[in-house]
Amino acid sequence: MSIEKVWVYAESEGDKPATSTLELLTKAREIATTVECVYVGDNADALAGVLGEYGASKVHAVSPGDALPGVIGAAALVELVGAESPDLILFAQTYDARDAAARLSVRLDRTVLTNGGELRLDGDRVIVGTAIFGGNTIVDTAFTGEKPYLAMIRPKSFAAESASGSASPVATVATPDAGRAGEAKVLERHVEEREGPKLEEAAIVVSGGRGIGSAEAYGPLVDELAKLLQGASGASRAIVDAGWVPYSKQVGQTGKTVKPKLYIALGISGATQHLVGMKGSDVILAINKDGEAPIFSVADLGIVGDVHKVVPKLIEAIQAHG
Amino acid sequence: MNIAVCVKQIPDPAVPGELNPETSALKREGKLILDDSDSYGVEMALQLVTAAGGGEVTLVSMAPNNETSGLRTALAMGAAKAVLVSDDTLAGSDALSTAKILAKSVERVGDIDLVLTATESTDGYTGTIPAQIAEALGWPSLTFAKSVAIADGKVKIQRQTEAGFDDVEAPLPAVVSVTAGVVEPRYPSFKGIMEAKKKPVDEVTAGDLGFNPDQVGWAGSHQEIVEVRAAPAREAGEKIEDDGESHARIVTFLEGLKII
Repeated sequence: MSIEKVWVYAESEGDKPATSTLELLTKAREIATTVECVYVGDNADALAGVLGEYGASKVHAVSPGDALPGVIGAAALVELVGAESPDLILFAQTYDARDAAARLSVRLDRTVLTNGGELRLDGDRVIVGTAIFGGNTIVDTAFTGEKPYLAMIRPKSFAAESASGSASPVATVATPDAGRAGEAKVLERHVEEREGPKLEEAAIVVSGGRGIGSAEAYGPLVDELAKLLQGASGASRAIVDAGWVPYSKQVGQTGKTVKPKLYIALGISGATQHLVGMKGSDVILAINKDGEAPIFSVADLGIVGDVHKVVPKLIEAIQAHG
Repeated sequence: MNIAVCVKQIPDPAVPGELNPETSALKREGKLILDDSDSYGVEMALQLVTAAGGGEVTLVSMAPNNETSGLRTALAMGAAKAVLVSDDTLAGSDALSTAKILAKSVERVGDIDLVLTATESTDGYTGTIPAQIAEALGWPSLTFAKSVAIADGKVKIQRQTEAGFDDVEAPLPAVVSVTAGVVEPRYPSFKGIMEAKKKPVDEVTAGDLGFNPDQVGWAGSHQEIVEVRAAPAREAGEKIEDDGESHARIVTFLEGLKII
């Protein structure tokens, strides 16, 4: 079973394709005869080798200038879709791709299925599976109506596997006029230094929740343990809402999905909002004062105790361990 | 400075959700409350209007059964008035139809300089509505703002990115989505709560906004739920009480995983 042509909205990290893009290419190869990328950026030539390796037979590239990339992406896609008729366009659920998919859906008057965790064909139907209720339940939704179908998939939903393909040719597309939408300009980019791995790609994630007590406790408890284990630090929605840490750290339904080898939840009760973003972890360790907290229902090792007492001793013991 | 804030009234997230067995849509029949995510947009709007030295904040919402309890919370915080779109044909609307409805509601208010939204709702969380509203209005959108400032007819934000943040700017009118935690939403005062009861709520139907029944709701959403199934469950493991020495158990656990 396959469909004809699937496009992947490619994104980059520096001069490499984003891992989420490679995940989508791997899945696209499985269901389509032809897989191509659409990329907004000025370095498509640098990405073409890896995009080709993962199965893209062509990269449509457009320069955003100083406009917000998602806006230019949507405007370019409107023209490309008209000329090339893809059956399905896949976007990762990221900041820029959300803008692109959302605007494209209005321009084409197509629904966009979001937060996909699974993607499959059933005959000629394209079905997106989305986890709800803390990941206890999967809802399968099929597209109806006209193609192209638009789907947004959460990063970490599929494994990225090389197809050993050769570099894709790059077809440059003229930067479209996005009208008033194109008046949003990027003035300056600030890169915040990050110690250790990226949250979604880390083998170990240490997250903090309301139980850490204050914004000040995040550094010495959560960051410190993450650093010691060469992992990344994350957060529950409660402490993002409280302004203790930025939105980019949020793990959960309205945040990021992580699937590390080890997930350590510190002072997190385990609302369904949070569980859906981390229950795919290989091993879960939870420390929480409330023995009835739902986080213990998914934890391989649960410690009923105060993070302020257990974690400093744990940090000391790991340091002494050498 | 006139600001419209899109707010959603949702079932209490603390209560476990349920699906309607016939439609497989989320049940929204009970009492609805203001989505916490939207309280940041309301607060931001109130602060921006104060900083501008004039203007007002109007709420825009779509909800079943002419529900207003969540709107009253935001009105009690200080919003001046609201537009509420409610009718039975809207049940089952997808994000695209919802965004079109909200965009038309903003046009109905008229003379709006800025639309504020959350990044996504707590219950549906598609995360597409802000940019969809902007596209439907033909306006620029600045999404994922962690700070918002207005000067000289332009809105400038710090936009959250994977690597840090970008300074992004657009001329007004524009749509801005605000990330949680960036301002501290005020608690409604007793006076605010009393005044909110008398503030005008303009209740309209999809038809009033110019939509046909086949453009919205189940009929207008080009998707079909084909199955609802249980996900693979995860078993609880060992649970111990901290006796002052539980860190030693964790160390053994980490050794077993070859992490230390």
